[in-house]
Formats: sequence, structure tokens, C-alpha cells
Amino acid sequence: MNVLLVLPILIPLVTAAVSLLAWRRPRWQRWLGIGGAAALLAASLALLESVRNGGIQTAQMGDWPAPFGITLVADLFSAIMVVMAGLVGFAVVVYSTATVDHRRESFGYYPLLHILLMGVCGAFLTGDIFNLYVWFEVMLIASFVLLALGGEREQLEGAFKYVTLNLMSSALFLAAVGILYGVAGTLNMADLARKLPQVEQSGLVTTLAMLFLVAFGIKAAAFPLFFWLPASYHTPPVAVSALFAGLLTKVGVYALIRVFTLLFTQEVSYTHTLILAVAGLTMVTGVLGAMAQNEFRRILSFHIVSQIGYMLMGLGLFTVAGLAGSIFYIMHHIIVKTNLFLISGVANHFRGTYQLKELGGLYRAYPGLAVLFLIPALSLAGVPPLSGFFAKLGLLQAGLATGQYAIVATALGVSLLTLISMTKIWAEAFWKPAAAPSVDPPAAGTGTPQDPSQHDPPKGSLALFAPVVVLAVLTLTMGLVAEPFVGLAIQAAHQLMNPAGYIEAVLGGRP
Amino acid sequence: MNTWMAFVIGGLYAAGLYMMMRRSIVKLIIGLALLSHAANLLIFTVGGLTRGRPPLIAAGETSLAAPFADPIPQALVLTAIVISFGVLAFALVLVHRTHQTVGTDDLDNLKATDT
Repeated sequence: MNVLLVLPILIPLVTAAVSLLAWRRPRWQRWLGIGGAAALLAASLALLESVRNGGIQTAQMGDWPAPFGITLVADLFSAIMVVMAGLVGFAVVVYSTATVDHRRESFGYYPLLHILLMGVCGAFLTGDIFNLYVWFEVMLIASFVLLALGGEREQLEGAFKYVTLNLMSSALFLAAVGILYGVAGTLNMADLARKLPQVEQSGLVTTLAMLFLVAFGIKAAAFPLFFWLPASYHTPPVAVSALFAGLLTKVGVYALIRVFTLLFTQEVSYTHTLILAVAGLTMVTGVLGAMAQNEFRRILSFHIVSQIGYMLMGLGLFTVAGLAGSIFYIMHHIIVKTNLFLISGVANHFRGTYQLKELGGLYRAYPGLAVLFLIPALSLAGVPPLSGFFAKLGLLQAGLATGQYAIVATALGVSLLTLISMTKIWAEAFWKPAAAPSVDPPAAGTGTPQDPSQHDPPKGSLALFAPVVVLAVLTLTMGLVAEPFVGLAIQAAHQLMNPAGYIEAVLGGRP
Repeated sequence: MNTWMAFVIGGLYAAGLYMMMRRSIVKLIIGLALLSHAANLLIFTVGGLTRGRPPLIAAGETSLAAPFADPIPQALVLTAIVISFGVLAFALVLVHRTHQTVGTDDLDNLKATDT
């Protein structure tokens, strides 16, 4: 048994428990949170290293042999996702220390954050489909509370929609798991992969595939089930938005990729073509929704939807190149999207608003911030040499290789619209002259530049900027030195497309 | 028996979805509760209904004799009940807070965050 598999679940749990003991001391909770998140990141990197060197790692909980007990499995894809969770968790915890208000901190913000991370890591690592449901619920309940914590009117309304649709998706997921057990008689995913092709009622299996597609589609915010996302993601404090934007929908995408590469590969021409169509529609509706918005975080929320389409595109193509593109895209997207949300929070920190109309003049006042915004924004649109370019290039090449020209054209068009949308934020928030004369009187006549000292960055600016800078540097690295990252994604895709290795690792070649 | 259960489950799903589409936030919660009940009964039924055959190995035998009630669906249902209990309790508090803050129980008045 590899202890590294348990650590990404155990570390956040212990951190949350100890933080709860320090309930009345938010200062301690902050340091505990940072320490716990750093430990999680370190453990996840160790796990990735061990999977890269030693192949797929498994651990049988309570020493019950698979398929009877609960198995934790880490193939490369899982390990990559856990690293991403650790990275985003760490960045967001550090950022939270500078932005989350005292009231939220004293009502258990940090313990909840770590419970959320535990749920996310658990979902990535489990090899049991019912266990996946349980981790989803752990993640959901923590996210419900984080979303509603603070009790502002907007938050409660957003949380309402989020809770309702996610509970519906959970009910569907649960029903699908129940029927799956009734059909195949096992819940272990590797065992299911072996038994499902032998099930006689192949129609029922395809029905199940569709149930899973809907259940995970809601969680991943795929077309036409994404409405909860733009209605809720802009309501909580920005650190929470950033965490949700980076991780939560990606858990849905992970589950879709896992289920549709391991379990439901019997009717590829039907299921995966449908996924491809969903991917295209998700891209288009998301980006069109973003065009109509005028609020920093709402634009970004709609872009999450649009980007989910790209991640599903690789799955829909169902080739090694396509999946590798998807995996690279997910890595790139998690970093870039989290960073964009963090930057919108920095802008809000300085100007007190997310409305593009009221923002403005940020470039003059904070040129550094403007550069920091440009890196992830251009990367999101896919401008070379940033990470988004290689992510899209991989997907487009895979699309051309399989002759799916319609989806390739859609993806290209959508990235153009993404660029337009990012330009809009740039022009409105950064480029145009500052709109609010309340702080500085209009200095048009005198021609003196605005005195930057008027905008003294409030205290805690290291914790405010460090995560943004680190994530921006990572985006640059993934673009300029793309080779190792792409290589990793291709390896992970190979593992996904050849599930025999996964099954062998879990069941150990038993009959 | 299976046929009757199918009707019960279908009825629960229909009632749950109907309640969710009403405008009152309390009815929405009732609808969610009905949905989770429906899912639980579905798992229970799909797992196979076997009466009077507990999964116990008879004295002197080494393995289970064929028709027996599968304990796993019951374990799944139990887990799901606990989870949905917790989640529903949270949803109730959320409804209460929303009602306090917004001052309405009409979902049509909760559109401020929509686009």
C-alpha cells in the first residue's frame, strides 16, 4: 500500500480538524491553512513523481482486496489533477489571508476550504463509483457553506440555485450508481470496466451512460445544464470564486473523462459523438453569454462554461491526441482561470467594484497588475507562446486528424470571441481613463499623472500578489517550456485509452 | 412487487419534479427530499427484491446459497439517506436565511443574480 495515496485526503482532513480546534483564533487558522495547503501541494507532487516512476499506484482501504473494498487509485491523470488541486488550494489559501474578512474567518472559513480540498482530492483518487458519489457530496456540502457564508442577499440567491441544481445532479448520479450496481453487480470501477461489456442489455448500459452524462454534465456546467454557474460564481468573496472556478467544474469533467474512457466505451459512435456535440454547443453558448456581460467576474464565469467545451472536445474525439489535448487544457485552464479570478479580486481590492463601467484607469495606476492580467487573459484566448496556445493547438490537431472539421471550426471561432471578450475587459478596466472622480479629481487640464501614492496598496499586499505572480509565471512556463507538460499529458492520455493497465493495477490480474 | 415499486418510484420522481417547479421555496425543498427518496427506493429495487432470505451462511456451510437479499444496495441506501439528511438540513437553513434576508418565499423574486 502506497501511503502517498492517502496523504492528499488525510492532510486536508487533519488541517481542517486542527483548525476547528483553533476556532477562536483566526490568526492560527491562517497559518495552519497555509501550512496544510503547502503540505498538500508537496504530497501531491510526491504522488505525481511516484506515479511517473512506478506506474499506476493503488491502495486497498482496510486491506480488503479489490473489488470488495474501497480502492484508491492514482494513474497519471488523477495525479495531475491532485497536483492541480494542491496548487490552486495553496494559492487560494495564501490569497484568502489578504482578502477574506474577519467575520467569515471567524465562522470557519479555513476549515471549510480544507474540507473542500479533501473532497476534491478524494474524488480524483477513488477507484469506486459509489465512493466517488460520497466524495462529491463532501465537496458539495463544503462548497454550499462556503458559497453562502456571510449571508449577503446575492450570495443566498446564488447559493439557492447552486444547491438546487447540484442536489438534483446528485440524485441522478445516485440513481445511476444504483442501476449500475443492479446491472453489473459491482461498484469497483476497474471491475465494472471488465463486466460491463458482458452485460446483455446493452441498451440499458447506454441509458446508464446518458444518466451519468447528465449528472456529471450538471456538475461540469456543460450545455444545456450550466445555468447555475454564472448565476452563483460571482456572488461569494473572490477567493471562494477563484477556488470554485479553478477546481469544482473540473471535478465534473474529470468524472466524465474517467467514466467515458473506462466504463462506457461500448457505443463510442453514439455516446462520444453526443459528447462532441455537447462540447461544441457548450463552447458557443458560454462565449456568447460572456459577450453580453459587463461585470468582471460574470464574464469570467461564462468563460468557464465556454472552456468546459474544449475539455469535453478531447473526450468526444476519443483519441490519444484528443485526450492529451483535454488534459493539457485542464491543467492550463485551472491555473489561468484561478489567476484571472484572483486578479479581478485585486482590481476590486483597489477600486471596490467588479463593474467594468466603474472600473478604469487600472493600467495607469498599476501597470504591473495590467501585465499580470494580460498573461492569463491572452493565454485564455490562446495567443502563442502562452499555455493556452499549445492546449488549443493539441485539440485542433487531434480534431483535424479525426476529420471532425465542424468542431475544429467552432473551437477556432470561439477562441476569437474569447479574445474579443478579454479585450473588452482590458479596454474597460485597464485602458480607459478612470471613471470615478470621487477619489481623484479629474486632472485633465493640468496633465499631471495621477499620483500613484493615492492608491496605497492596502496592507497584506504580498499575500495578495504572490499567488497571482506565481500562477502567471506558471502560465508562462507552461507556454515557453511546453514540452514536459505536453509529454505528461500524452502519457496520461495513453493510460486512459488503454484501460487494461488500470484494471490490471487495481485487480492485480485476478480472474 | 417489482411492478408496484416501479409505480411508486415513478410517482415519487414525478411528485418531486412537480414540487421543484412550483414557485415556493419550501415546496422546492420538499421536491428535493422526494427526489432523494425516489433515488433510494430505485437503488433498493434495482438491487433485487428478495424476501425472507437474509445473507447469512447457514450452519455447516461455507458459502451462501443462491437466492439471498443482497446487503450492498441496503448499505448504499443507508449511506445515501445519511448524506441526504445532512444536505437537506443545510438546505432548510439556507431557505430560512434566504427568507429572512430577501423577505419572500417566491422563487420568481430571486432573480437578482440571473443574467
